[in-house]
Amino acid sequence: MRGIVSIAGYVPYRRLQRAAVAQLFGTGGGKGTRSVASHDEDTTTMGVEAARRALRPAPGAALDSVWFATASPAYLDKTNATTIHAALRQPAAVAAFDFGGALRSGVGALCSSLAAGSGTTLVVMSDMRDGLPTSVDESAGGDGAAAIVVADDAPGTPVIAEYLGGASVSDEFLDRWRTAGDRRSKVWEERFGETRYVPLGTEAWESALKGVGVAPSDVDLVAVTGMHGRAVRALTRTLGASEGAVADDLGTTVGQTGTAHPGLVLASMLERARPGQVIAVVALADGADVLVFRTTKALASWTAAEPVADQVAGTADLPYGKFLAWRGMVTPEPPRRPEPQRVSATAAWRNEEWKFGFVGSKDRASQAVHLPPSRISMKGGAVDDMDPIDLADTEAVIATYTIDHLSHSASPPIVFAILDFDGGGRFPVELTDVDPAAVDIGDRVAMTFRKLFTADGIHDYFWKAKPVRSRELPPSAVETGGTGGTDG
Amino acid sequence: MASHGIKDRVAIVGMGCTRFAEHWDKSLDDLIVEASEDTFASAGVTKDDVDAYWLGTAQSGMSGITLARPLQLEGKPVTRVENYCTTGSEALRAAAYAVASGAYDVAMAVGAEKVKDSGYQGLNAVPIPNDGTARTLTAAAMFSMVAPAYGKKYGVAEDELTAVLARISWKNHQNGARNPRAQFRKEVSTETICASPRVAGRLGVFDCAGVADGAAAAILVRAEDAHRYTDKPLYIKALSFSAGSGSGLIDPEYDYTWFPECASAAEDAYRQAGITDPRRQLAMAEVHDCFTPTELVLMEDLGFAERGTAWKEVLAGTFDRDGELPVNPDGGLKSFGHPVGASGLRMFFETWLQLRGEATPERQIDTDRTLALTHNLGGYPGEMVSFVSVVGTELG
Repeated sequence: MRGIVSIAGYVPYRRLQRAAVAQLFGTGGGKGTRSVASHDEDTTTMGVEAARRALRPAPGAALDSVWFATASPAYLDKTNATTIHAALRQPAAVAAFDFGGALRSGVGALCSSLAAGSGTTLVVMSDMRDGLPTSVDESAGGDGAAAIVVADDAPGTPVIAEYLGGASVSDEFLDRWRTAGDRRSKVWEERFGETRYVPLGTEAWESALKGVGVAPSDVDLVAVTGMHGRAVRALTRTLGASEGAVADDLGTTVGQTGTAHPGLVLASMLERARPGQVIAVVALADGADVLVFRTTKALASWTAAEPVADQVAGTADLPYGKFLAWRGMVTPEPPRRPEPQRVSATAAWRNEEWKFGFVGSKDRASQAVHLPPSRISMKGGAVDDMDPIDLADTEAVIATYTIDHLSHSASPPIVFAILDFDGGGRFPVELTDVDPAAVDIGDRVAMTFRKLFTADGIHDYFWKAKPVRSRELPPSAVETGGTGGTDG
Repeated sequence: MASHGIKDRVAIVGMGCTRFAEHWDKSLDDLIVEASEDTFASAGVTKDDVDAYWLGTAQSGMSGITLARPLQLEGKPVTRVENYCTTGSEALRAAAYAVASGAYDVAMAVGAEKVKDSGYQGLNAVPIPNDGTARTLTAAAMFSMVAPAYGKKYGVAEDELTAVLARISWKNHQNGARNPRAQFRKEVSTETICASPRVAGRLGVFDCAGVADGAAAAILVRAEDAHRYTDKPLYIKALSFSAGSGSGLIDPEYDYTWFPECASAAEDAYRQAGITDPRRQLAMAEVHDCFTPTELVLMEDLGFAERGTAWKEVLAGTFDRDGELPVNPDGGLKSFGHPVGASGLRMFFETWLQLRGEATPERQIDTDRTLALTHNLGGYPGEMVSFVSVVGTELG
């Protein structure tokens, strides 16, 4: 039996109220919200966050490879999956591959990993969707990531959702396209895409269900994803699934996260599923892909590290002006400080464990924790007598903090805190996803992988801390069902 | 092993100091020449009489050539030193040890910095290639963490602490207003200080040192030769230096209410000089008031006040120009300005004027004490270097 061992979605903290677009421009926007990656996030960092959440409930998973898919890669030429591989502290023998460029690459990577005969693969899907101000893409799009551990059922890696089978149909037609370097996608007349996607989706849906021997009415949860909102809604109506089976596609709250979306809604569905249910996802992008799963008894003992529903509910609004600045659509006056210099490739490589893994050192004699790692102990002076200590998943408390209005930042001011980690270790670090007025001494924070800045085309990846927010959440929007109209 | 010091073995016999200002019309060379020529004249020597030179500049130039070229020194041993914001003090320390060792008869220390050519406000460190994980905060942000920590530890309410810090800024502006060489020569009301725009944490513009260009210099000889040059030499009683390991940043025991490097440097200096009660033995002190909370904490680190009491002493006027122990009678970094490599020597320049009775009358300290202290620090809370000196007009 092959299937999903663990899964997680990552939805960034900030939301844009779609109504804010019309408030500024008099047009555009719509109802609900879309997710917005922070100024210090990109598809790679969001992929790391999703992957950390997927691996946490699957400690027995020994990966063979890390696959990363996005239509908005942080780097071209250079593999982005190696950054994720480093942040997850994977051994060198674990392969790291990018699936690049197309919106379909995410679901394609997932299909390929499930179709593979063996091996444990971490499939990471991530995207940031942009459009010019007032465009449908700007409002209907979203930012997010998903990570899925695919493996054969084994004692260390119990499969929580068995892959029953699926179908893919492909067609060459121009519905949506973007040439390298362009900030916006272009779309053909909407009706044309709809007339292509609905029959393609229907063909794949019928083929997949027939292949796995499941009737549409036996499907317990299904979600259709795709950037073509009309086609998604039209196909959803013709699936023949029972009314309660159609899951929220997160369109009204998160937006369509493109490459990541099939994984994100799949995570959302699995988090609310019970053992023995049939779950299907349909992805429309240059054809149609259908994947059908049946949850197993192991699902009952699997717990999401941070459910998508929690991430959908625990958010803060971002002013539209900040959104436009973060997306590079407008350029506010920068602080009058020197711009950061590019990171040294050699120094970054030497310090890979520290920089990407947040691994310090702990003196064996004094137990003093050194961040970054040190060869000589600050307590007792022992030389080269330390063990590595991984603090990426350890929470910390704010000992003191300050707010810096002068330092260079993509979004000033910088909130900076002195952290004391649970179990020992102190480190001064920047806070993110935080309201400066709400920070206080004693607050709990968790580490998050971020991009500090970009210089000479080199992204400076390192860790920041973000507040640990209440896990007691109101009834989730995910439970309401139905597809969201987002392009009004 | 011990820190023996060089008490009474070396004397300062000549000093000079430019005005500290935004010298748009002066180059580093201009500032070096002006301070050096004033110093040669002060000691009654020429550049050829000086056997060895040390230049302190943090980031305005590399190597001794930065001094040798503008002064046109031929074949002299000229060395550039750098140690964060204590750079100027380090130049003097090197020159003093060179004389004390007997290696040279006459040595000169020059400190100079041209910071206003960068096009940016504030000080900006020269970037060194790195892995991109080091913090990039301003000094103001790092020092801003001191005030709330101090207030919390000693139970000083936020508005009370604001008044204390404003009082420090007010005092240093009072002093700077009476100093023709100071960058800011205006008295500033505490209301204006408290209403200034925030820079970092609770620190406003008036809590921060002035950023200026400038240069200062000193000529040092053996104590027994001093009267050949001047009737009123300053004898070096103590030179102390302490570099932290940087572990304060990662040590959970560090609480941001004191600077261990400064306390240890002061302790060593007092031992070298034989000082047991600095508050009553010193005529004055020049301290590194890069930000107002720094000066507050230093009053305790330097032993001028008991732990947790400096804030009361500040409000009581203990460190005012006419107080029990005047601190920063020249205006300090706050209003004299802070050209990094020059500041340490500027502090010595004020002791040179005050102990010799040569300060401008409106700020000359009326005292019969003969000892003065300079304190110079570099870096940040948790990652600091600190220098303390004691000089005096009498031998023994």
